[in-house]
Amino acid sequence: MSIEYDAELAARRPRLRRPAGRLRLFFYRHPLGAIGALIMALFVFAAVFAPLITGYDALTTDAAASLARPGAAHWLGCDFMGRDVYSRIVYGARISLAVGIGSTLLGSVLGILVGLPSGYLGGWVDLLAQRLVDILQALPLLVLALVMAASLGPSLENVIIAIAIPLIPYVARVVRSNTLVLRELPFVEAAKAVGMSELRIAIRHVLPNTMAPLIVLATAQLGSAILVEASLSFLGLGIPEPYPSWGRMLSESAAEYVRTAPWLVIFPGIAISLVVFGTNLLGDALRDLLDPRLRH
Amino acid sequence: MLAYLVRRFLLMLLTLFGISVIIFALLRLVPGNIADILFDSAGLINPAEKAQIERELGLDKPIPVQYAIWIGGLLHGDLGYSYVSERPALEEILPRIPITAKLAALALAFSILLGVPFGVISAVKQNTWLDYLLRVVSLSGLSMPAFWLGLLILMVFVAQFGSIPIYSEEPKSFWDAFVMFAIPAAAVGFRSSALIMRLTRSSMLEVLRQDYIRTARAKGASDSSVNYHHALRNAILPVVTVIGIEAAFLVGGLIVTETVFNIPGVARFLVEAIRWRDYPIVQNLVMFIAIIVVVVNFLVDLLYAALDPRIKYSD
Repeated sequence: MSIEYDAELAARRPRLRRPAGRLRLFFYRHPLGAIGALIMALFVFAAVFAPLITGYDALTTDAAASLARPGAAHWLGCDFMGRDVYSRIVYGARISLAVGIGSTLLGSVLGILVGLPSGYLGGWVDLLAQRLVDILQALPLLVLALVMAASLGPSLENVIIAIAIPLIPYVARVVRSNTLVLRELPFVEAAKAVGMSELRIAIRHVLPNTMAPLIVLATAQLGSAILVEASLSFLGLGIPEPYPSWGRMLSESAAEYVRTAPWLVIFPGIAISLVVFGTNLLGDALRDLLDPRLRH
Repeated sequence: MLAYLVRRFLLMLLTLFGISVIIFALLRLVPGNIADILFDSAGLINPAEKAQIERELGLDKPIPVQYAIWIGGLLHGDLGYSYVSERPALEEILPRIPITAKLAALALAFSILLGVPFGVISAVKQNTWLDYLLRVVSLSGLSMPAFWLGLLILMVFVAQFGSIPIYSEEPKSFWDAFVMFAIPAAAVGFRSSALIMRLTRSSMLEVLRQDYIRTARAKGASDSSVNYHHALRNAILPVVTVIGIEAAFLVGGLIVTETVFNIPGVARFLVEAIRWRDYPIVQNLVMFIAIIVVVVNFLVDLLYAALDPRIKYSD
């Protein structure tokens, strides 16, 4: 039986090596994850080619089109200042993805800087790092981001920093717990035996082996980072005017327009929910794929 | 056990001390204090007057001294004065706490009542259309910003009843009060219920695969007896631990939802105080939130040990 199994595997292998074959397999095995990936691709496409797929500038105001209803001229209507909602949502994808990806990357790098030495070196470094993690984790994501954003001042870079810092403890914990296991494994011992330096072992051998859970975590954090940006901007402490941030579009229109111009409330919210939904679908599929222990 | 408790308690104090230092330092990083804001908005430029205001508020003292004054006061129950209303911070904060507490309690109840049963159903009916539907709904619940859900609820109300549920100090009846809190609580709790549902589902699936469940089925126990008496009892344990995380998770939802529904609780007050650079309010409120999160997590640990006799804390 085992011979047949190997033969089957061997026959499959060349197909798997081709990226297209791999992609097809992913789509077949994880249909929901594939949908998530497609949604993400759609938003990335919108962000990159925004000027090509919109008919209006996202910032130009037009008094005549103030609160125009959705129609042929303005597909998703206009806001109070006559700015085209569709264009603002498409350009808003740039802000949302820039903040989401930027803060997730920054948070991951900082989290690795805390978690890797904490797990690998142990001792007082670990003790100190763990207290930092405790402190950061005792504050809700949005509360810490709010205080950080307010104290740094409103700008795109500062919002990225304000969201990245609260993400540190989650990354640090995952990296630390994986490192604790990895540092006891024979390949680390082997690396030590050939005289490799501790730093090199930590970076070249231990860190790459924590990547799978990190990628799963980062996908989930991308979604929360986008949500926190939307909340910060909604509360008026995020991306400053005149950038078209989805959260900001909702704060301008909030309860006031629920009655008179519902399109101002509905469409930006759909954009936020859809992109986060995409990251969540993709994250679940990646977790199944990369972390078999959690597979159900 | 006692040694563990003492150690946990001391660590808790250390964490809270760290938070107080970080928050205090962060707020002093702010470019421009309340004196600047007052001056900008009033268009005043007299530096002598500005120095006078800074002296009155104690902003001219070195930052470590300001910190010591704050912590010293805090330990005596003196939280300082709000810069904006000039009333004692405690008097500003205390009356707002019950409002947010009611909202949070309802939201938590909502999320558990919705999350646990649907999580069980989803696990028992794994890979059926019902499971897929529940998973997609819960995932969309997690993807929706809480403030947008609040706005959508307002929109439905306007369309159906022509009016928006408005917060009032003295609701006419118990029913009015319940509706007034229940709707925003549902907006906050929906997201949390999605989290609880997903967790209950995966925890149930884990348990349903175990040998003792097969034994129970082999004995001829009914499906409902196996699912609810044998499986859920064990599957619920990891869900309990998440209530600690949930507490932190709820705060974010409360902040935006109180803003959407115009509810004068502590969560919305925090945002207002941050906008006004009202340091005494912000630093005390953030400490208050941190204490709640830390204490809830501590209690959850104890609850876990009480619920699961296999767990013994030693050290």
